[in-house]
Amino acid sequence: MRTVTYIQAVTEAMTEEMERDESVFIMGEDVAWNMMGDCTGMVEKFGTERVRNTPISEAGFVGAGAGAAMVGMRPIVHMLIAPFMYVAFDQIVSIISKSTYTYGGQARLPITLRAPMMYGVSNAAQHSDRPYATLMTIPGLKLIAPASPHDAKGMLKAAIRDDNPVITFEDRSLWGQSGEVPDDDLIVPLGQAAVRREGTDVTVVTVAGAITLGLAAAEQLASEGVSVEVIDLRSIVPMDTDTILESVAKTGRLLIADPAHEMGSVASEISAVVAQHGFWSLQAPIARVTTPHCHVPFNADLEKQLLPTADKIVSEARALME
Amino acid sequence: MITIDDGVLREMYRRMSRIRRFEDTTKELLLAGELYGAFHTSTGQEASIVGSCMALRIDDSMVGTHRSHGHPIGKGAQLDRLMAELMGKETGVNQGKGGSMHLSDFSVGSLGETSIVGSGLPVSTGAALAYKMRGEDKVSLCFFGDGASSQGTFHESLNIASIWQLPVVYVCENNGYGELTSAKDAVSVEDISVRAIGYDMPGVTVDGQDVLAVFEAVSEAVDLARDGGGPSLVETKTYRFENHAVGRLPEHYRSAEEVEYWRTQRDPLVLFRQVLIERGFDEQQIDDLDAAVSEEIVAALEFARQSPSPPPEAAFTHLFADPAPSAG
Repeated sequence: MRTVTYIQAVTEAMTEEMERDESVFIMGEDVAWNMMGDCTGMVEKFGTERVRNTPISEAGFVGAGAGAAMVGMRPIVHMLIAPFMYVAFDQIVSIISKSTYTYGGQARLPITLRAPMMYGVSNAAQHSDRPYATLMTIPGLKLIAPASPHDAKGMLKAAIRDDNPVITFEDRSLWGQSGEVPDDDLIVPLGQAAVRREGTDVTVVTVAGAITLGLAAAEQLASEGVSVEVIDLRSIVPMDTDTILESVAKTGRLLIADPAHEMGSVASEISAVVAQHGFWSLQAPIARVTTPHCHVPFNADLEKQLLPTADKIVSEARALME
Repeated sequence: MITIDDGVLREMYRRMSRIRRFEDTTKELLLAGELYGAFHTSTGQEASIVGSCMALRIDDSMVGTHRSHGHPIGKGAQLDRLMAELMGKETGVNQGKGGSMHLSDFSVGSLGETSIVGSGLPVSTGAALAYKMRGEDKVSLCFFGDGASSQGTFHESLNIASIWQLPVVYVCENNGYGELTSAKDAVSVEDISVRAIGYDMPGVTVDGQDVLAVFEAVSEAVDLARDGGGPSLVETKTYRFENHAVGRLPEHYRSAEEVEYWRTQRDPLVLFRQVLIERGFDEQQIDDLDAAVSEEIVAALEFARQSPSPPPEAAFTHLFADPAPSAG
């Protein structure tokens, strides 16, 4: 085992897959310049044909990725930040999510869209979105949000090898975090949640970077005698509802921590699933710690008060225990 | 006049005839209630389609539009599975999942049609990127209309194809109307091909009712692309004989005289028949081609009618790709 950062794990995943398979390449704005620091050493190794800078034309290069995938390539398309996907939304929805279905299985779209999310760092409303819930409403897409260096590597490699479109939401609050990653070829299957901490009183399901908050809250609550089970959702579509329902059957209490806006969120979907299929296990109402249905302001203090925190999770979890 | 051997001329006429007769039949079936859904026919645009597709090899790819019954036929698809698709049958080329606006046939390089105007431009550009990266000598051809030339994807795709010198040919079928609005009111230039200048690529406008003119222009563009010379824009001036969608919209936006003019004076099959006669074919040979196509249509119709509808569970298949065969 080695200790690497999340961002190093991402680089390793892409590099290994490009070494393994010539049909894999990455394109996006400024990838050859390693603008985000996540393509370190890749131009030197693969050249600018396979580490390909694009013009600022999201619909153009996302759609080009779709076309290349349809004829046998495995593009990784770097969105730079997740909200830039809005510019390419028709290509993602009308072409990427629907072509395999509409053409009766004739088309295969092994394309990976990397969608880093920056929030909580004063970039204001347009640059700070966590739009996985928007994409979750569209059938035909796999959505993941790896939340550790281990999963950043193993799930990205699995995404690149998947024959279907996968959008990976990388929470930039995690990019600097370190963790153990094995040396061998690491594949983490998509569609499985991970129990990060076992507990018996409250189930806390976290989405993306909320894992950091969930684990910190669990530590705090443990000192108060509350045993928290922390589940890192990891895969949004397909969603591992079995793991969540099993945990709730044990704890009887559910809190979901999700950095996205609350309305129509992943937290809402999990709430509905548990209310429908795990209702009789519940000893308290379901709690959601999310961002209110309100845009993200520039002012750092204004922004901070909107986003989930460990304290908010602690206080909501305490309320569930009353 | 370019030299084209008689076999190619015959095949051109045959494909045009297949499109015309296919469309005449589908229109009848739609109006009789046997077909359903939004329905945009290729009638009148046969020369543009066939002249372009005949410039391609079978392993080259092509992307169509919402008005694309004719494009897979032009690329060489079998009629029976296309007809079955229009009826939503299990034997349809898309197993009944795509219908009129999404015909395709990946086996002949018809990578599908997309019903969001302009959305096929990036896709065909990406196919060309794949061919270039793999060092293959294939060419990608993109059909789109005058309406799509106003989409941002047109600009983005032509710019990308130019900077990367991709083997792609953009064929703009300018039929004069984007939905109901005249190109005169929606497009800033008389000839859309002049926009090629902005992307530093060749651009040419040809008579889209003259199959040989289209074939010649697209062949030149295909040759250039195949030889590593990058993309081109070819505009074919054409006309759709039917309304935007058959049987469901008002047609007050264009005059009956205009439609009549194109139908009687600018019918690409009639024009091409004259050319074939001038080149030494006799009327009987051409009539025989038409008759053979008519028989093919009857057989396709029979096949489609006899085919089963998909079972209810088919609604849930192909949401994701079937597992690929193991690479070993």
